[in-house]
Amino acid sequence: MKKKIRRLPPGARQSLVYWAFVLPNLVGVLYFSLLPMVQVLLRSFQSAIGGRWVGVQNYAAVLHNTAFQRAVSNTGQFIAVCIPLLLAVSLALAVLLYAIPGVGGALRSVFLMPMAVPAASVVLVWKVLFHGHGLINGALLGAGGTGIDWMGSNAAFWMLVISYLWKNLGYTMILWTAGLSAIPEGIYEAAQVDGAGRWQTFLHITLPSLRGTAFTITVMSLLNSFKVFREAWLVAGDYPHESMYLLQHLYNNWFRELDFDKIAAASVMTSGVVFLLIGILQKAWDGEA
Amino acid sequence: MKKRNKVLLGALLLMLTFCICFPIWVAVTGAFSSQWELEQNLAPVFGSGEGSADWSWLPAAPTLKSLVEVLLDSPGFFVMFWNSVLISVCILAGQLLVDVAAAWALAQFPLRGKGLILNFYIVLMLMPFQVLMFPQYLVLKDLHLLDTLGAVILPAVFSTLPVFILHRFFKAVPPEILEAARLDGAGELRIFWQIGIPMGAPGILSVCILTFLDSWNMIEQPMTYLKTRSLWPLSLFLPEIGMEEMGVGFAAAFLMLVPALLLFLGCQEQLEQGIAMSGGKD
Repeated sequence: MKKKIRRLPPGARQSLVYWAFVLPNLVGVLYFSLLPMVQVLLRSFQSAIGGRWVGVQNYAAVLHNTAFQRAVSNTGQFIAVCIPLLLAVSLALAVLLYAIPGVGGALRSVFLMPMAVPAASVVLVWKVLFHGHGLINGALLGAGGTGIDWMGSNAAFWMLVISYLWKNLGYTMILWTAGLSAIPEGIYEAAQVDGAGRWQTFLHITLPSLRGTAFTITVMSLLNSFKVFREAWLVAGDYPHESMYLLQHLYNNWFRELDFDKIAAASVMTSGVVFLLIGILQKAWDGEA
Repeated sequence: MKKRNKVLLGALLLMLTFCICFPIWVAVTGAFSSQWELEQNLAPVFGSGEGSADWSWLPAAPTLKSLVEVLLDSPGFFVMFWNSVLISVCILAGQLLVDVAAAWALAQFPLRGKGLILNFYIVLMLMPFQVLMFPQYLVLKDLHLLDTLGAVILPAVFSTLPVFILHRFFKAVPPEILEAARLDGAGELRIFWQIGIPMGAPGILSVCILTFLDSWNMIEQPMTYLKTRSLWPLSLFLPEIGMEEMGVGFAAAFLMLVPALLLFLGCQEQLEQGIAMSGGKD
């Protein structure tokens, strides 16, 4: 074997060495994702039992499934509410904390903390907070408001929103801060010399400079929003209130019932949507460079 | 800024900080409260009391009783804690073994098709579990790995986010140093070992932290691929603890929280760097 390699031209030998670094990882990645994804694509056109070719029948079945429609609409609604909220709040925080050195850095760490907290280890806390007689309702009543039925009404959706914001605020803020620190100080000084106010500098310098970062963060947040299933599942189990019934709940149900034809079709569609989002992200990244 | 605005802003910031910290505070103090105190405070949540639940800012009589009970008296907890540790450690080890070298090559070698590989990795790292769940299931079934810890570990070892972040850290190593080493006759393996790894060490550390937090927190994967209860990680076990065993529940949750929180407090800077690196390309 050694001899064989020696006899190769030096360039080829070199690239063999190079590939030896990549291949263990690449082979594993291909084996665990690309290969089976192709398989799933094929299965999405076949029947669950027997593997008969059924064309787009599975897709039609999934699209007409009311549970699927509900899950998609919930997920869509969740994204439409959460992303703008998360982006705005975390940007405001990032700018604010960036302006106060020292304390700002310490607070950044505090806001990032929830990211390290395993969802499972606060499940009891969530139950205590969001129970009908829980701490949040206690505070609301104490302030003269009315209690909210967090688990049994459409408010369940807002519980998800709060959980998502709690978890992702710090993380997103760090991404914004990285974008902020890339803006050269000189621009701000020049603006100050020209007599621009705080608000003006923010609108005309900070915001435009963060455009690339904003795209990145949007797509990252979109994809992180799929993970909010954890909170939903932890507080409400497999069958939550319908306002927080998400795609993962549905997939789990199909999985249990071995509806592999539906899962295959739904997976392909989901990956299609995600792929589209990633395309947008790539464009944004390329535009930034 | 006007003084009034400043005060307003400060108050808002303070309130937000409180909202972020409060759940964690409840989780920590809950673990040191007695079952009796928890029942007193939370009676309305159990359904046996009127009004709303209450919380003591500090436990009236701090106790280690629940923690001791969990540690010494519940064999189930130990099994699952151990499963969580095993899963996280194996994923970390596996990633170090295959990811670091691959990231180095993608950052520093003139490989053909490098751009294609990188783009493919980015697409994969952004795919949510919903998309990967069924494909991975098919592979794991072929390998007869379903319902073994391997089913949770192997796909995670070959996740592409760590490679991507590491590759970005390695890219910052100036090629001149490597050229100099090559001229001195050092082989690629030696350069990787003696220059790449030491210079990329901060990056490797931050990837390790991100990976650990992720695998320690895993829920969807074990839920889908593990049927046998004795294989479950802590994250699946905790939600099953009923309200009537609150003391034990809080204590067990705290023990799961501690490793993650300690790591966070100890390596915050690396974590922040890792996050910042995951947010862009090149």
